[in-house]
Amino acid sequence: MEPTTFPTLRPKSYRRQEIVRRIGLAVLQVVMTLVLITFLGPTLWMVSSSLKARTEIFAHPIVWIPETPQWGNYVQALTMMPFAQFALNTFIICALTVSGVLVSCSLVAYSFARLKWPGRDFFFGLLLATMMLPEIVTLIPMFIEFRWLGWTKPGTIFGFLPLNYLPLTVPYWLALSPLYVFLMRQFFKGIPVELEEAALIDGANRLQILLQIILPLSKPVLATVAVFSFLQAYNDFLQPLIYIGSRDYWTLALALRSMNDAQVGQWELLFAASTVVLIPVLIIFIVAQRYFVQGIATTGFGGR
Amino acid sequence: MATQTHYKERLTRARLREWIEGYLFATPFLIGFFAFVAFPMLFSIWLMFQRWDLLGDPVFVGFRNIERALTDELALKALYNSAFYTVFAVPVQLVISFTLALALTQPILFRSLYRAGFYLPIIIPIVATAIVWQKVFHPDFGIMNEVLGWLGVPPQKWLLDPNLAKPAFIFMSFWMIGRQMVIFIAGLGNIPAQLMEAAQIDGASKLRSLFSIIIPLMTPLIFYNMVIAIINSFQTFVPALIMTDGGPQNETLFVVLNIYRNGFQFFNMGYASALAWELFIIVVGFTIAQFYIARKWVYYEV
Repeated sequence: MEPTTFPTLRPKSYRRQEIVRRIGLAVLQVVMTLVLITFLGPTLWMVSSSLKARTEIFAHPIVWIPETPQWGNYVQALTMMPFAQFALNTFIICALTVSGVLVSCSLVAYSFARLKWPGRDFFFGLLLATMMLPEIVTLIPMFIEFRWLGWTKPGTIFGFLPLNYLPLTVPYWLALSPLYVFLMRQFFKGIPVELEEAALIDGANRLQILLQIILPLSKPVLATVAVFSFLQAYNDFLQPLIYIGSRDYWTLALALRSMNDAQVGQWELLFAASTVVLIPVLIIFIVAQRYFVQGIATTGFGGR
Repeated sequence: MATQTHYKERLTRARLREWIEGYLFATPFLIGFFAFVAFPMLFSIWLMFQRWDLLGDPVFVGFRNIERALTDELALKALYNSAFYTVFAVPVQLVISFTLALALTQPILFRSLYRAGFYLPIIIPIVATAIVWQKVFHPDFGIMNEVLGWLGVPPQKWLLDPNLAKPAFIFMSFWMIGRQMVIFIAGLGNIPAQLMEAAQIDGASKLRSLFSIIIPLMTPLIFYNMVIAIINSFQTFVPALIMTDGGPQNETLFVVLNIYRNGFQFFNMGYASALAWELFIIVVGFTIAQFYIARKWVYYEV
């Protein structure tokens, strides 16, 4: 058997190895930058085109950077439709979704994490099973169900909330987001039980324990869930398409789609509107990036 | 004796209380599960045997919807389209996301910036993504033809060409690999450093350690990402709805688009339910089959 030679015993070749390694990394850096540009390409093209003059959009060869940014495109794009109304509608749906998820999923997750009751493990199994259930199987029967409830009709509830928003948001108040329940349950299980036992002996009830002990310690998971569910509601297209009838109640996604169908040649306006719709998502992504990564790395789900 | 009974009684009382609290806290899910999961599933089984446009009364039609779902030319075309899309999109997606994850675990600069950039495409609202890609593939003014032109490729009609429409959608799916990549990065970070060092000391080349250590250790995550990607691929349809509406010549009529059309445009609730169950059974079947095949190639540490 040949004796093993350690790199440190051969300083000269070691140095050469180090140089090769550095060159390799530099090449990798360049390649990755090119890949990054490719990945961001369509988005960057969208943003740059949103500032082009019409003639630049339809020019050969492609104009990559507009000569003078046409900020007027944005004004025109945002005033050709009641954009503020659509934005408000979207944020109402998002707020109802996020609050519903946080309230219902934390209650349910606490029950699954800490309380012992007959059938608990069975129902937890069912919850995990619904994670695998394709949305499409329940899409049609749920539509008929919501129609029976009168939630597909025009009209409002409490004088301001469109009935059509109920099918989009009520399921979230019923903890029908197995991923979020699962994420929260895992986190709650990691909190030392002794804290709760002490509070129980002091006479606190379970709701007080959840609100005053568990939730304040669970901010990271609450943030992750809030970010995911906000994006889910904000980016959703299919549910609003099926349930929202009147144009007054449209979301930004529906507005963009109708603009795309109607505006054949006005790409710059379409891209300006798309860019505006993208901005809230970008802000959240930049601010909350670590919650995305945490959420995905711990569950394997999320994003889309 | 007396104290013992007292103690037991208190214990049962406490347990009973915990039961009640348990059910109370879980109530949202229990209601939600029965009202919006269990009931709809049973209801849609009943629907499969009806002809119903929501206006009149449902009419019992026996197995006609199911028969149609299994033989209708468009339904089979949609199944073929979705299968074609899945077969070509998923493996390439996995290779791209794994390669990017490997690259981002090397000591290069600005790793989190690259990671964020590669992740970005999947958090962009799907409508915006579809609109932009529709223009990317535009025959005259899209960047796809422009960039390919640099390489000497003649301009193509992409979404308007029956032969290229599906490949265009597959190509677009290569951008949507952020979630897979993040999972792979997390997995690569968990590979024990001693293993890699030991391999290095034994004189294994980088390529050798990739195929003999890294990939075998990553097979559970590769498997996981593959299962999820196949389930998702079989269900994509929003981009097709917006970019091509199933055209040209139904080349991008994917299964869920066909279900959506039959349910919400033609109001064939029974037939649409049959199509949905057909898809569900195929997806579940695929998933189960993969778990069986996985025994042969997925490596789980004991």
